[in-house]
Amino acid sequence: MEELDGEPTVTLIPGVNSKKNQMYFDWGPGEMLVCETSFNKKEKSEMVPSCPFIYIIRKDVDVYSQILRKLFNESHGIFLGLQRIDEELTGKSRKSQLVRVSKNYRSVIRACMEEMHQVAIAAKDPANGRQFSSQVSILSAMELIWNLCEILFIEVAPAGPLLLHLLDWVRLHVCEVDSLSADVLGSENPSKHDSFWNLPGNTQTLTELELKWQHWHEECERYLQDSTFATSPHLESLLKIMLGDEAALLEQKELLSNWYHFLVTRLLYSNPTVKPIDLHYYAQSSLDLFLGGESSPEPLDNILLAAFEFDIHQVIKECSIALSNWWFVAHLTDLLDHCKLLQSHNLYFGSNMREFLLLEYASGLFAHPSLWQLGVDYFDYCPELGRVSLELHIERIPLNTEQKALKVLRICEQRQMTEQVRSICKILAMKAVRNNRLGSALSWSIRAKDAAFATLVSDRFLRDYCERGCFSDLDLIDNLGPAMMLSDRLTFLGKYREFHRMYGEKRFADAASLLLSLMTSRIAPRSFWMTLLTDALPLLEQKQVIFSAEQTYELMRCLEDLTSRRPVHGESDTEQLQDDDIETTKVEMLRLSLARNLARAIIREGSLEGS
Amino acid sequence: MEEIYAKFVSQKISKTRWRPLPPGSLQTAETFATGSWDNEENYISLWSIGDFGNLDSDGGFEGDHQLLCDIRHHGDVMDLQTLSVNQQWTTAHYHTGPGSPSYSSAPCTGVVCNNPEIVTVGEDGRINLFRADHKEAVRTIDNADSSTLHAVTFLRTPEILTVNSIGQLKIWDFRQQGNEPSQILSLTGDRVPLHCVDRHPNQQHVVATGGQDGMLSIWDVRQGTMPVSLLKAHEAEMWEVHFHPSNPEHLFTCSEDGSLWHWDASTDVPEKSSLFHQGGRSSTFLSHSISNQANVHQSVISSWLSTDPAKDRIEITSLLPSRSLSVNTLDVLGPCLVCGTDAEAIYVTRHLFS
Repeated sequence: MEELDGEPTVTLIPGVNSKKNQMYFDWGPGEMLVCETSFNKKEKSEMVPSCPFIYIIRKDVDVYSQILRKLFNESHGIFLGLQRIDEELTGKSRKSQLVRVSKNYRSVIRACMEEMHQVAIAAKDPANGRQFSSQVSILSAMELIWNLCEILFIEVAPAGPLLLHLLDWVRLHVCEVDSLSADVLGSENPSKHDSFWNLPGNTQTLTELELKWQHWHEECERYLQDSTFATSPHLESLLKIMLGDEAALLEQKELLSNWYHFLVTRLLYSNPTVKPIDLHYYAQSSLDLFLGGESSPEPLDNILLAAFEFDIHQVIKECSIALSNWWFVAHLTDLLDHCKLLQSHNLYFGSNMREFLLLEYASGLFAHPSLWQLGVDYFDYCPELGRVSLELHIERIPLNTEQKALKVLRICEQRQMTEQVRSICKILAMKAVRNNRLGSALSWSIRAKDAAFATLVSDRFLRDYCERGCFSDLDLIDNLGPAMMLSDRLTFLGKYREFHRMYGEKRFADAASLLLSLMTSRIAPRSFWMTLLTDALPLLEQKQVIFSAEQTYELMRCLEDLTSRRPVHGESDTEQLQDDDIETTKVEMLRLSLARNLARAIIREGSLEGS
Repeated sequence: MEEIYAKFVSQKISKTRWRPLPPGSLQTAETFATGSWDNEENYISLWSIGDFGNLDSDGGFEGDHQLLCDIRHHGDVMDLQTLSVNQQWTTAHYHTGPGSPSYSSAPCTGVVCNNPEIVTVGEDGRINLFRADHKEAVRTIDNADSSTLHAVTFLRTPEILTVNSIGQLKIWDFRQQGNEPSQILSLTGDRVPLHCVDRHPNQQHVVATGGQDGMLSIWDVRQGTMPVSLLKAHEAEMWEVHFHPSNPEHLFTCSEDGSLWHWDASTDVPEKSSLFHQGGRSSTFLSHSISNQANVHQSVISSWLSTDPAKDRIEITSLLPSRSLSVNTLDVLGPCLVCGTDAEAIYVTRHLFS
């Protein structure tokens, strides 16, 4: 069990009196529900809790920030681009691509920062302005950390260029109040500095640089020893600074905004060809010297220190604790994983750190009514638990309009999540049936290839027909097309309607054989047979003989089948008698018609043609 | 093509439309409206791409669009049209009516205007005809369709055409009484839902539809009940199809698969006197010419109706620089095109034909 990293913070919920009544809470995917119960702490329960509301508590408010949304959307595009980078690429080209991705992420952060800065300045309400400003500083810290990680882990700058990158890094971030001093301290002797490094196209080797620097350093020392500048204390202290004397540098502490500025300046003058592995000695001592025992390091300082020590896991862990949103750690870890820097550090439930962070981030996105679409792509790239998480989340998205439902279905179909497609289509089809939109219901069941539901819809149609005597929604039934094959009942519906059409067009012979085939092929539900047989009556009573003898025998057999197997209903006696009355009348009429038709058919078939 | 500017706007865009210019005007489009969806609070916003002299310190995003104003909207924005109105019709679409205790409203999926008339269709299968100055609906066709009506367009003035989710086009004539369509057209084969429809600006019998399978179909409503051509286009639902209002040889489609295509059917040959062929295949599309057009006048034939692959090749260009989430909407006016995506970005270009 891990130790607690800090004291948990207490949040007061307005309206809930936790001293008087006990509270109830429940965890959700990204938030918590809290309400007051009626259980009084003093064992006397009241009838009704004083606070009637249920509260939703979220830790992650960033998701609801308008400006940060742009960060999420743009970085989503960069994330996808990164995943699709060709795995075949190795060596320099891969590294340059990864560096480019890192720079893209950073530019997105910077763009957000600038926009938020504009909003902070323009804010009319000072409290709002302060909130935006603090958000700006969080973003700035994020960019600072990311930049350092890029230099140390992704760019993997070797000993010479390392300091150059660090100089740029400091220059970029020490831009607030002390820009002037940065120039003074950071590039004090520009002419000597530039020529020394031979900046464009640095072709010297490390040893050459070291030698040159040694030479220059010794020259400065000689000046100091000889007290050449003794007359001007200002110039003397300048000389000491150039020699990397820590005390001299610390004297200018107000001009150095923070310890890492101090660190880089120190390195510039005392050890410009510092190797990456030696960085952490200087980092730790710079921090200690700068703080001078007056204040303790802040979370940002610890994170940077961990970076200088090349302890990636510590960096990520500290960032996760300090930041309220998983965005930063998820994307940074993913990028570092692509640089093959993370060992497969298995966590308790089997997935690695990258996947864990991406899952957390994506789950947070799903808790937002609109950003869930981004979360889908993140789940796609989590090989172990991504698919399962997506399946669970996607079923729970509220579907208010058909357009949204269509988008969700498309996502499921693209990933072959047939179970989810089925369940979503079923929900939509049920809603449609309840609203009497039978065409929509059918369209959903066709999409899900759900034969059972198609049967249900067809039954509805048939029932409507029995009640009203005519079909509703003819435009649908007449134009079923190949969808008719989805379920037997649907096929029956289509064919039955065809029968009616044929009858209307006076194609009696065709209608008759269709009707018969409907019964003999057994696709007609049993409950409908009586209706079918009753439909046969007008055909039987026509002047000309329509049903042949053979067909009449078939009809009679169906009738016998139907009457012999009539089950005993548990209805009241009088009702049963009435029903029976109607039934028996019908049956008798049918028997009579069938017999008459049989007679005529036999005669006609028995006679010679033309006679 | 041409510079296309993207801007992230923190809301998923469901519809975008250019503000119409007065006819015969020589200006280019300057203002467009967007509607958002899926937020807890949705907005309709007006944007301007006019030259306000908004050059950044970076040296000039002269095409960058700026927000002029916005207004809250209850529910997702499903469709946008421009007209002057002073009415609000809040119960235009419903499953169970406002009178009953179990009143439930239904989403309105499409709206189209032809000053002063407004036609709306919805998931309740109902068609409403409003006038800009009348409080009540002038005409309502209940249960016009048993499935959802996805889109509507005017054919000739008293006639409208709707598409629904069982793959049918229905033509309704408001001069006739009764609740039956005057004509029904559909594809054979699978009943693929149709999501969008647009009429050719000059030839009122030519209509293009886009379906759930990404198929683009061109129909001639005078001839038979089958489409003239079927073109396999996108890999997912096609959300909008638009003929260019002044250059109808150009067609634009956008889709759930994240792409926006420009179909260019203009040919170098000014006259075509060929009859139509059956079938034919080309490397970029599969085309199916089904109808027999022998009796039609040859003088003014839209290149969309003739699909002789040997002569008339349709050039298809994808306009967006990279694949993104679904492109929900697009609109064209003159040389300007605007589209909105689910990645919360709006893309604008002012040089469509360079």
